[in-house]
Amino acid sequence: MEPDVKMLLSIKNLHASIEDKPILRGLDLDVKAGEVHAIMGPNGSGKSTLSYVLAGKSDYDVTEGSATLDGADLFAMEPDARAAAGLFLAFQYPLEIPGVATMTFLKTALNAQRRARGEAELPTPQFIKLVREKADGLGISTDMLKRGLNVGFSGGEKKRNEVLQMALLEPKLCVLDETDSGLDIDALKIVAEGVNALRAKDRGFVVITHYQRLLDHIVPDVVHVMAKGRIVRTGGKELAHELEARGYADYVEEAA
Amino acid sequence: MPAVQETVARVRSIDVDQYKYGFVTEIESDRADKGLSEDTVRFISAKKGEPEWMLEWRLDAYRRWRTMAEPKWARVDYPAIPYEELYYYSAPKGSSGPKTLADVDPELLRTYAKLGIPLQEQEILAGVEQRRVAVDAVFDSVSVATTFKEELGRAGVIFCPISEALRDHPELVRKYLGTVVPATDNFFATLNAAVFSDGSFVYVPKGVRCPMELSTYFRINERNTGQFERTLIIADEGSYVSYLEGCTAPMRDENQLHAAVVELVALDDAEIKYSTVQNWYPGDAEGKGGIYNFVTKRGDCRGRNAKISWTQVETGSAITWKYPSCILRGDNSRGEFYSIAISNGRQQVDSGTKMIHLGKNTSSKIISKGISAGRSQNTYRGLVSAHRKATNARNFTNCDSLLIGDKCGAHTVPYLEAKTSTAVFEHEATTSKISDDQMFYCQQRGLSSEEAVALIVNGFVKDVLQQLPMEFAVEAQKLISISLEGSVG
Amino acid sequence: MNADVRPIRTAAETGLIEAFEAVRAALPGGERGAQLRDDAFATIASRGLPNRRVEEWKYTDLRALMREARPLAGPVTPAELAAAEALLPMADVEALRIVFVNGRLAPSLSQLAGAPSGVAISPLSDALEGDAPHALVLEGAPADNALVALNTAFVADGLMIAVDEGVAASRAIHVANVQTGAAHSSYGRLLVSVGKGASVTLIESHSGDAAGHQTNTLVGLDLADDAKANLVKLQDEGLGTLHLATLAVRLGRKAELNSLALSAGSLAARQQIFLAFKGDKATANVSGAGFAGARRHLDTTLVIDHEGQGCVSRELFKTALDGQARSVFQGKIVVRPGAQKTDGKMMAKALLLSEGAEADAKPELEIFADDVVCGHGATVGAIDDELLFYLKSRGLPQVEAEALLVQAFVGEVIEMIEDEPLRDALTARAERWLRERD
Repeated sequence: MEPDVKMLLSIKNLHASIEDKPILRGLDLDVKAGEVHAIMGPNGSGKSTLSYVLAGKSDYDVTEGSATLDGADLFAMEPDARAAAGLFLAFQYPLEIPGVATMTFLKTALNAQRRARGEAELPTPQFIKLVREKADGLGISTDMLKRGLNVGFSGGEKKRNEVLQMALLEPKLCVLDETDSGLDIDALKIVAEGVNALRAKDRGFVVITHYQRLLDHIVPDVVHVMAKGRIVRTGGKELAHELEARGYADYVEEAA
Repeated sequence: MPAVQETVARVRSIDVDQYKYGFVTEIESDRADKGLSEDTVRFISAKKGEPEWMLEWRLDAYRRWRTMAEPKWARVDYPAIPYEELYYYSAPKGSSGPKTLADVDPELLRTYAKLGIPLQEQEILAGVEQRRVAVDAVFDSVSVATTFKEELGRAGVIFCPISEALRDHPELVRKYLGTVVPATDNFFATLNAAVFSDGSFVYVPKGVRCPMELSTYFRINERNTGQFERTLIIADEGSYVSYLEGCTAPMRDENQLHAAVVELVALDDAEIKYSTVQNWYPGDAEGKGGIYNFVTKRGDCRGRNAKISWTQVETGSAITWKYPSCILRGDNSRGEFYSIAISNGRQQVDSGTKMIHLGKNTSSKIISKGISAGRSQNTYRGLVSAHRKATNARNFTNCDSLLIGDKCGAHTVPYLEAKTSTAVFEHEATTSKISDDQMFYCQQRGLSSEEAVALIVNGFVKDVLQQLPMEFAVEAQKLISISLEGSVG
Repeated sequence: MNADVRPIRTAAETGLIEAFEAVRAALPGGERGAQLRDDAFATIASRGLPNRRVEEWKYTDLRALMREARPLAGPVTPAELAAAEALLPMADVEALRIVFVNGRLAPSLSQLAGAPSGVAISPLSDALEGDAPHALVLEGAPADNALVALNTAFVADGLMIAVDEGVAASRAIHVANVQTGAAHSSYGRLLVSVGKGASVTLIESHSGDAAGHQTNTLVGLDLADDAKANLVKLQDEGLGTLHLATLAVRLGRKAELNSLALSAGSLAARQQIFLAFKGDKATANVSGAGFAGARRHLDTTLVIDHEGQGCVSRELFKTALDGQARSVFQGKIVVRPGAQKTDGKMMAKALLLSEGAEADAKPELEIFADDVVCGHGATVGAIDDELLFYLKSRGLPQVEAEALLVQAFVGEVIEMIEDEPLRDALTARAERWLRERD
């Protein structure tokens, strides 16, 4: 990587627990703008916890360490402020909100973030045009946009909807939590293409996944292995193939 | 629809910190002596220049009321109402009856403009299609203005204050008044029958589709004054009317009594759609002041294929005691009740409906969404009954409650009574809170916690909002957000 | 306005007052017991029997259902004892059996000595002796409830069962109540305490002849922390009987109750259930099935009181009605302030098989805590015509097709019983009703 590229996400010695049970135990991670980092690891290694802690889910307590986004202290901000600051989490299980049309939700979210950043709200015609453009590429129909947010959506539709939100909100850092779970290969390709289209030199990605197959489509710059709440190994994209072949057993023992 | 659009704009622009309609209009008024006696009843009747039969009807009600006790079965708790300390009639000076808009006291016009209800008959702008609404404005005890009367008159629709209807159409009033809610119906309805001072009257003749929405805006202004309006709407065979009702009152430390009666009559193939946005002053956060809203609303589907639909958005009042009901007398008639009841602060809501199936093949639908926040108590109370001869009666009921905060209560008390085996009743109710996960998801997308609550709540009540005329729905949506201000910490 | 005005006493009320006057001095319980009985009876004497103007009795007017008070049952004669034996239900169900005839313990029909180890079984009359008759104080049910008050005033016999801490009772215990002989009234009380971590299965049956008795039975069930109880009740009273029953359950932390009742008999029945979650994370499954024809009346009135946190309650009640029978379901889930993470669901379904049948339902939620998931549902309707048509198109005659669908309807409840002979016994009873539709 070029040395003058700025640090986007910087996590130092992060410890976090849920109901007094430690999950993250001294995690360090640096992501520069323009990079795609994959985090792989066995079930229970704390991958999803990392995404929730970064986004600010209240069930988790940060007991030690720090995380900054573009130099700003993430832990000093409410979840919505973190979103406005440019952090986007693509949920493993996107929530359903009955009665709230997807379009309404997108507009409310976009305008809330614009307001928080001191930008003017987007006029409705422009907004609709923008959504249609982005939605077309992801194969999201107008009908889906009118339906209640994620209500009655298939697994693939929910994930595409997450990518649509990512495209629309244009975050600085995207955290994808097991985005491949529950997707067949065609859906996976659509989602991956959507993500790839968003790769840019001023944007970073943290792709959390259990399996290597997603990384065939979203090719990472760096691959980390996580076990027992820490990054235990870091390498290039070939590391993912190695893991696919050998499994996580070594790392589970190593960290124990 | 300029009136409502204006209202919407007002609601949008106001500082949302507290009740928006809490100002007092300084205007001289004509009041009956304090307290209630036969003389009060005679005074009111005389003020209105009513026929003798009407006075007798009122006096019968008054005597009956003296023997009655306040109902105690609702889940509302309030100190004894000092009936002898109230004023039962208050009217802005000089407005003994409605007149042309040009004659209305400018102070009153300003009041309604401030409420977002300009009492003007705005012209339709060239090329711009706008729906219009005829407004009857009721200020304390009297109607101060009614718009679009002439245009409605051309369609044969009568829309006027009930006091005027008693003078100009006594045969119609006499034929229908008290036939849906008898003068002896219940404590508050009987009190209303004795002392009601004004309200709206609507008659839509056979086969006429009312050319515009009709609406009444009620305003309580005077101190220590009860408001007792009475609305009577008759939809003759094959006619249709949509009626909207809005209510506000000043912020005052003492409680004020509002005991209204609404009667709807739908004859063969007629349809009445009645929508309410009730935003009486709810009292302050500690429960001081606010309107006691004890209202009897009932519709009678008297003819075959008649349809009555109630939609209510209840955000105001310290106490709400109201059960807009349908008597499904005509074969194939249909009743609907759509309700959003929001309580915050120390508000107490006990509201719901009754669907009384009497005719064959009658159907009803109840969708109730209750939202409790603060230290409020919110109760849905409903009855669905099918009598022996109501073969093939159908009801579907869905009551959902949402709790915001752990100091409030949400209660559901439905009664289902099926006396015919051909009836099919389905009832479902749920109570839950907004899930933490939903909140987190919205916040992760950049919404503040208050925005997230408002969004989720609006989704929760969507089925009901959809029933409102569009402009009213927008207004209601804003009101919902405002009423839940401060409910999340 | 005139709800407070007491009309002239009915024959039944006068009869109860006279009966109480006649027996009060002779009832066991000592001075303290007499006081408790007097206090209990005073609510009846002053208010009379509950009628439809009392909200909880809106659909079951006891004053109308109980035209007169039957005389208290006298000592059991040898002939009655023999008749009672023939009326005992569920002979095939393996259980320790304790039999009450006309409200009196019948030692000759009972296996009093065979209590499984760690389980103490004793006559209630023993507990009523002495000056501290705790058996007359019932925790968990409202003392001023008319049925509870009457039971407290009159009860003279019954049973107490105590399962020691950590003991899993090795046999089910079947408490059989039989009414026979001349029309009479009888009172029974079963008090069960299940110690910490202990478990027990109880079977309660009520059967009898058609003489038109009045029974008032009360079951108190106390589950300590981690205790578990299964309670199966068969109400198969004679078709002239007025059956008044109260079940009061208190659950400790992580306790578990599975309760199921089949209402097959009686002219009119009111089953009250008061269930209170006292500790956290307890579970209760309460269900019932019933059927009635002719002019019979079945009432289930239930209050599920969530006081502890994280408790789960599930209620399912199903009734099939023929003739001019009427069913009443009143169910209330209460979630008290602080009872967070409560998960409560209640469902009541009535199937109307004839034009004259009637079903009333009042499912209630009363909720004072926000972090809860509660719901109730109620349905009333006839048999699905399409299903009926489908079965008929496969060759089933109307009656059989209907029977099959009704069987499936109440079967959903009965199927929840794990013990096979017990389940078979209740299924057989349901099948019999489908033939007789009485």
